[in-house]
Amino acid sequence: MLISIASGKGGTGKTTLALLLAAAEPDITLIDCDVEEPNCHLFLKPEWHGQGKEITVMVPRINSNLCNGCSACSVVCLFNAIAISGGKALLFDELCHSCGGCILACQYGAIKEEKKPIGTITTGTSPILPNIHLLNGTLHIGTPSSVPLIKAIKQEVSDLKVDMLLDCPPGTSCSMVTAVKNSDFCILVTEPTPFGKHDLELAMNITRLLHMPTGVVINKNDEATGDKSIESLCQSRDIPVLAKIPHSLSFAKQYAAGFIPDEFKSIAINIWKQLHAERREEA
Amino acid sequence: MKELVIVSGKGGTGKTSISGALAFLSPQKVMVDCDVDAANFHLISSAVIKHTHEFKAGFEPHIDEEACTHCATCTDLCRFGAITAGVINTPLNCEGCGVCAFNCPEHAITMQEKEAGQWFVSDTRFGQLIHAELGLAIENSGKLVSKVRQEAKKIATTNHFPLIITDGPPGIGCPAIAALSGASLALAVVEPSLSSMHDLERLVELVYHFNLPIMVCINKSTLHKENTKQIIDWCNSKAIPIAGKLPYSDAFRTAVQSGKTVMEITDENVKEQMTKLWHNLAKRLDVPAQLSGIGLLRQKLNLF
Repeated sequence: MLISIASGKGGTGKTTLALLLAAAEPDITLIDCDVEEPNCHLFLKPEWHGQGKEITVMVPRINSNLCNGCSACSVVCLFNAIAISGGKALLFDELCHSCGGCILACQYGAIKEEKKPIGTITTGTSPILPNIHLLNGTLHIGTPSSVPLIKAIKQEVSDLKVDMLLDCPPGTSCSMVTAVKNSDFCILVTEPTPFGKHDLELAMNITRLLHMPTGVVINKNDEATGDKSIESLCQSRDIPVLAKIPHSLSFAKQYAAGFIPDEFKSIAINIWKQLHAERREEA
Repeated sequence: MKELVIVSGKGGTGKTSISGALAFLSPQKVMVDCDVDAANFHLISSAVIKHTHEFKAGFEPHIDEEACTHCATCTDLCRFGAITAGVINTPLNCEGCGVCAFNCPEHAITMQEKEAGQWFVSDTRFGQLIHAELGLAIENSGKLVSKVRQEAKKIATTNHFPLIITDGPPGIGCPAIAALSGASLALAVVEPSLSSMHDLERLVELVYHFNLPIMVCINKSTLHKENTKQIIDWCNSKAIPIAGKLPYSDAFRTAVQSGKTVMEITDENVKEQMTKLWHNLAKRLDVPAQLSGIGLLRQKLNLF
């Protein structure tokens, strides 16, 4: 079962929840897909299994001896990644989507493809929590699109039949969608503020678009305020609230220091019960 | 005209709260929300949308069913698994490259511009705000970020405003790059947690990559004193000036819950530290921290 943990708003507690849930299972694979800013490893302090795997995308290389500047490649490039300058085609790597359109368009065999590294995938086991197998993606700094790296990570685990948790990037754009896509269940983490609610609604629109079973976890919950707006939103969308994690300064302090406190273990166990029930229903 | 971009790497460190407070303090400015796929600035500034504009970006294939012979040339050439013999079965996989259209032997596929969201010009308690809403599961967030920044520049130029305050997106990928490129100053908001500190290091590397000036603001600095000290030491070692240090305070949450900025909530310590932060930034940007005589006159004239 692949469970993705996402949120519209950043900093609501995706990584926290992923770690809480991972710690509460006897054997689990945790995938950090927040490749721009992966954080799970900071808490798990894993022993890495080797150097990891370099992930590359294919980008065109133009042989200027063969290029006559006919501009056929530039015309078909809808990403404007190729310009004609001084009678030769000139490529802007960072705009390229590796579609291969330019190669098909070039009549002179002047374009070949070569690999360009965009990030790494590393795996590790935590001495603190040896039940967690960590798979971690790290985007190279300056690489604009994280999508190919997230795809590569998901490809890596596509054949695994074990329980997996996937820590997603924030937001609701292409990187979040790529991470969430094809999971069996999506947990959206939110906080009871107008920011949290607004972005939760956007994230719910994405899981609805993907026809994905969804549940909500309200983090940093403060019963004292009597704010029920998130719960009413969930009710109106017919999405269950799986858990409420109380607002806790002591938890925030331990989190800041890089520890996963035991404080909310019972909450994590309870979420797992609901996830397993979901799986039985599916089966 | 100067452009201050508030970024963080990690989400939830307080970008929007700080942007809001700076908008409250700064006398003449235009505001931009560059977090186009999860925009929040409008929620604390009483934004009233004045103009809505469609945003088109990228392309999507349209298939002429009568011309299509289902030869599957498109299936073979599509690298994204989006099309099977003339049927776009997984539209979310489509990147809009046009390979299917350019190589269709029957010319049955045309590429059409895609609706990618909307952008808005709004009036707020603090002046004009340019913000946007990216379409569902759309990939052109970087382009929409560039668009709202461009529009803000036009408005600032027309009004002779010295400053644009930009609430940036999290991360270090395409929207963050689009929000930062060519900015006058990046303000990185960090909190004293291991995650945020780690993400700051990656963000700073990105900012250096683009040769931009940067200052740091430590938010929630009282949450973990040792980590705060470590951030200060790290910034010193990199010669990155610290523009401000804000205490951990419930005022931030209270403010968001009541649709206000922390400057409108009674926590004198936060207000004082925030004002210091603003003065440091204004000095660094060389923009007036308060309204001068001419500025006041101009503001009055603008009323008519």
